[in-house]
Amino acid sequence: MDNKKINPLSVFRNIRQRKFVKEINLEEGFSAKNRIYYIVDKGSFVETNKKLKSANPLDFPDYEEKYKNTVKKTNMNEAVITGIASIEGMKCVIAVMDKRFFMASMGRIVGEKVTAAIELAERKNLPLIIYCASGGARMQEGIFSLMQMAKTSAAIERFSSKGGLYISVLTNPTTGGVTASFASLADITLAEPKALIGFAGPRVIEQTIGKKLPEGFQTAEYLKEHGFIDEIVPVKNQREVLGRLLKLHAKDFTPVKKAKHIAGFAGRSAKKALGVFG
Amino acid sequence: MENVVNASNRVRLARFAGRPSSEDYINALFTDFVELHGDRLSKDDKSIIGGVGMFHNIPVTVIGQRKGHTPEESVDVNFGMTNPEGYRKALRLMKQAEKFNRPIITFVDTPGAYPGVEAEEHGQGEAIARNLAVMSDLKVPIISIIIGQGNSGGALGICVADEIWMLENSVFSILSPEGFASILWKDSSRRDEACDLMKLTADDLYRYKIIEGVIEEPEGGAHTDPEEMFRKVDEMILDRIHALMIMPVDTLVKKRYKKYRVM
Repeated sequence: MDNKKINPLSVFRNIRQRKFVKEINLEEGFSAKNRIYYIVDKGSFVETNKKLKSANPLDFPDYEEKYKNTVKKTNMNEAVITGIASIEGMKCVIAVMDKRFFMASMGRIVGEKVTAAIELAERKNLPLIIYCASGGARMQEGIFSLMQMAKTSAAIERFSSKGGLYISVLTNPTTGGVTASFASLADITLAEPKALIGFAGPRVIEQTIGKKLPEGFQTAEYLKEHGFIDEIVPVKNQREVLGRLLKLHAKDFTPVKKAKHIAGFAGRSAKKALGVFG
Repeated sequence: MENVVNASNRVRLARFAGRPSSEDYINALFTDFVELHGDRLSKDDKSIIGGVGMFHNIPVTVIGQRKGHTPEESVDVNFGMTNPEGYRKALRLMKQAEKFNRPIITFVDTPGAYPGVEAEEHGQGEAIARNLAVMSDLKVPIISIIIGQGNSGGALGICVADEIWMLENSVFSILSPEGFASILWKDSSRRDEACDLMKLTADDLYRYKIIEGVIEEPEGGAHTDPEEMFRKVDEMILDRIHALMIMPVDTLVKKRYKKYRVM
């Protein structure tokens, strides 16, 4: 079979059929497309703002050519894919960043697509999931890149004040301006095992303090220990965990009558119930 | 249009230790200033000076980044590199300003947020992100003035504002030109080249509509005639604070959101 002709969907299906459970290679990472196919319900994903492409706001030399080559190489128009999908039957807006595209640096269009996704979730009254990855700011877009931090954060604040649920999943690496904006503003922050997460990059810190960094510094595990991550979830469990969280935050749940619920529970196994709650 | 002072020289001027600092502006522009310390979590970050003062009979909250004039002062304030505790102190004071319905004035002057071990452990990214989010929705006017260096998220963390004004020789950028050159070309000595490409001068940023205005400096730079500089900044704030204070809160906040939305 000609490898080049395999579409991401079929690759994903093959992976699933083989009960793909081993940890993904952090260096290679998942492409955004494969990630979406792996996480969301089959056939449920509808992409938004697919065609948006960055201009060259500062007329930065060689940027356009480099950009064109990256588009060709990755078959993506920017470092983030956004859309509506369902996970375990629960509808949501999802944005997935892809580090193969300029190290998932945040330029104007990444900021725009993320903001548009947040606003879409707000308008449609849907929960929002963002898979974050980023090497930092898109250098070639300079100050515009910096301003995306304010733009995306402002959108999250609005969405949040209206009761919207936002879950971020921090993947390897999540650094710089993305960490210092929407990646850190979720109601629930999940991370992948061993992912590098931080504001300043390890090299910059080592240069500043003139010392080697401690083992495991800025890993997901380290951040969880320091209180910045709710849970570390390996790829193979993400779909299930996200589905569960979405269900727990569903807006149209029907409450079960309390008495009946307890009676039923106790009737089945009173001891067990007491054991759980006592 | 050819710049008389090129970008690289402006970067030098912006960093000059003799340039009026946040503290100098606070002393000159506000009366009855009371400094307020600490983030109520763990620390008082000296790189941020904050408090309440009177500006032409209007009570305001003032927040500024300090770089210090002498080497000793600079060490004491960590060269203006703010730690998470500093952003959280600023946030506390800004929320306090909202509670008492007083405008916020911030003075930006930093080489960037501090890249240290503790800073990371204490959530530098989260602290800055929180400030951006909260500032975007504060129900009081915010005016930010970039007086020297405005580098990276470290500057942005206290300057999501209704209006950002820059002194003529100040700079505002994604990171330092040295850092930029080192990331892009793996060669920090190509700093001057980076200065030109980055479009970090007040004029550039005004042209790109990132900032609301530029405040002219005395010839040779702000340090040659501080009194004149203070007068001009005072004039600008007085004009803008009135314009923002008469705006209905809803309009103010919507306008702020829209301003960043189109960037």
